[in-house]
Amino acid sequence: MRITVDEDKCCGAGQCVLLAPEVFDQREDDGVVLLLDAAPPERLHATVREAAGVCPAAAIELSE
Amino acid sequence: MRQDDVAQTLNYPIPSDAALDPPAGWARLREQCPVARVRLPSGDRASLLTRYDDVKQVLSDPRFTRQLDADDAARIAANESGGVFNSSMASTIPQSGEGHQRWRRMVGRWFTARRMAALKPGIEAMADRLIDDMVAQGHPADLKASLGFPLPVWVICDLLGVPDSDRDKFAYWSDTLLNLTRYTQAEIDAAQAEFVAYMGEHVAARRARPGDDLLSELSKGADAAGEPMPDGALVATGMGLLVAGHETTANMIGKMVAMLLADRRRWERLLADPSLVRSAVEEALRFDANPGFGMPRYLGEEVEIAGAVIPRGTTVVCSMAAANRDENAFEHAGEMRLDRVPNPHLTFGSGPHSCLGQALARTELQTVLEVLLRRLPSLELAVPAKDLRRVEGLAVGGLREVPVRW
Repeated sequence: MRITVDEDKCCGAGQCVLLAPEVFDQREDDGVVLLLDAAPPERLHATVREAAGVCPAAAIELSE
Repeated sequence: MRQDDVAQTLNYPIPSDAALDPPAGWARLREQCPVARVRLPSGDRASLLTRYDDVKQVLSDPRFTRQLDADDAARIAANESGGVFNSSMASTIPQSGEGHQRWRRMVGRWFTARRMAALKPGIEAMADRLIDDMVAQGHPADLKASLGFPLPVWVICDLLGVPDSDRDKFAYWSDTLLNLTRYTQAEIDAAQAEFVAYMGEHVAARRARPGDDLLSELSKGADAAGEPMPDGALVATGMGLLVAGHETTANMIGKMVAMLLADRRRWERLLADPSLVRSAVEEALRFDANPGFGMPRYLGEEVEIAGAVIPRGTTVVCSMAAANRDENAFEHAGEMRLDRVPNPHLTFGSGPHSCLGQALARTELQTVLEVLLRRLPSLELAVPAKDLRRVEGLAVGGLREVPVRW
């Protein structure tokens, strides 16, 4: 799995951080997504898919 | 207007028979009439969208603007200003494009997951205190008045650095500003003037003696273009947070608890497995058939939706709640499933304007539910669910009372 995030689209809802804190974080100064791990281990794939699915800004893209 | 136009135009909002159930018409609209002509409370016409894909697309499409003060935009309510959607708030904060994004990101830093985790113990303490008071009064109690209504306004007052003694004022202002029909125009105008005056003084005081609240930080900081936020925008931001964050969450607490108790197996399942609280909150948000007006948008150019050409100048109303019941988006959409994952509901909207405070709302809802499960495991509705009544006249839907015992 490869993850890319679109910082321009990101609306800072923080759902991805709550779901997969090992993979996503938010910048301190504006809440925009920070990608911590663009190729996370398999045990995190399900929650990363959920994070991408519920992102209100559709800012998380996955290629598997 | 021709007679058959009248016959074919639905009145909106569409009434529902039972407080927790969706109107029977939603399913038919989604199937047969995805772009429906409706008559708003003002008498003006709009187009109603009810399908998941359409609502999601429109909410994130910049061609569907928030310019609801355009000359030919439909007015929502009959009173002159059209209520909160047409208030001056809408013109003080940048509504679109880069300006909006800069504003949003200045404020957005206050709603990160990390900050929510830091707020959670305080919210838990507030919920405990309100439940202490409710229990001390004895049952049956109105959970909405005792817990749902005060909690979010306490949270917002803390966020804005407003003293505890002014919480009741804030509760009244937010109720008045958001109501579309219950108050007279004079009352709405007076509440708005009082609130703006209060916030103007509050902002000046925070500039002079900054605290650790959001307004103090915003008044010291600058946006990504290096511009500080003007006083007018600070006041409007405070007002926006109050009207967006109080009544919505207050009502959602009541509706969530009512939905979980209406079929008490849901409550028992959460007692047995509190790890379901997170997904249960999302499902309550999706399943809420009474969220209020929906989200209006004004179309600055001709656009095609669901195969229909929608002309420039149309006001479109997105029913997120109808979209959340779309079988094409959610398996068994008509069932409340506490473990539904993923749950990409549209209750907070979608795209660049999706709810700024959604992380806060989630934190409040999850915390209230956890505290209730811990403190009052025997909680139940004190009336049959069919006797619950909806509030009327609000932009935000809710229940008048949520009578409970334990």
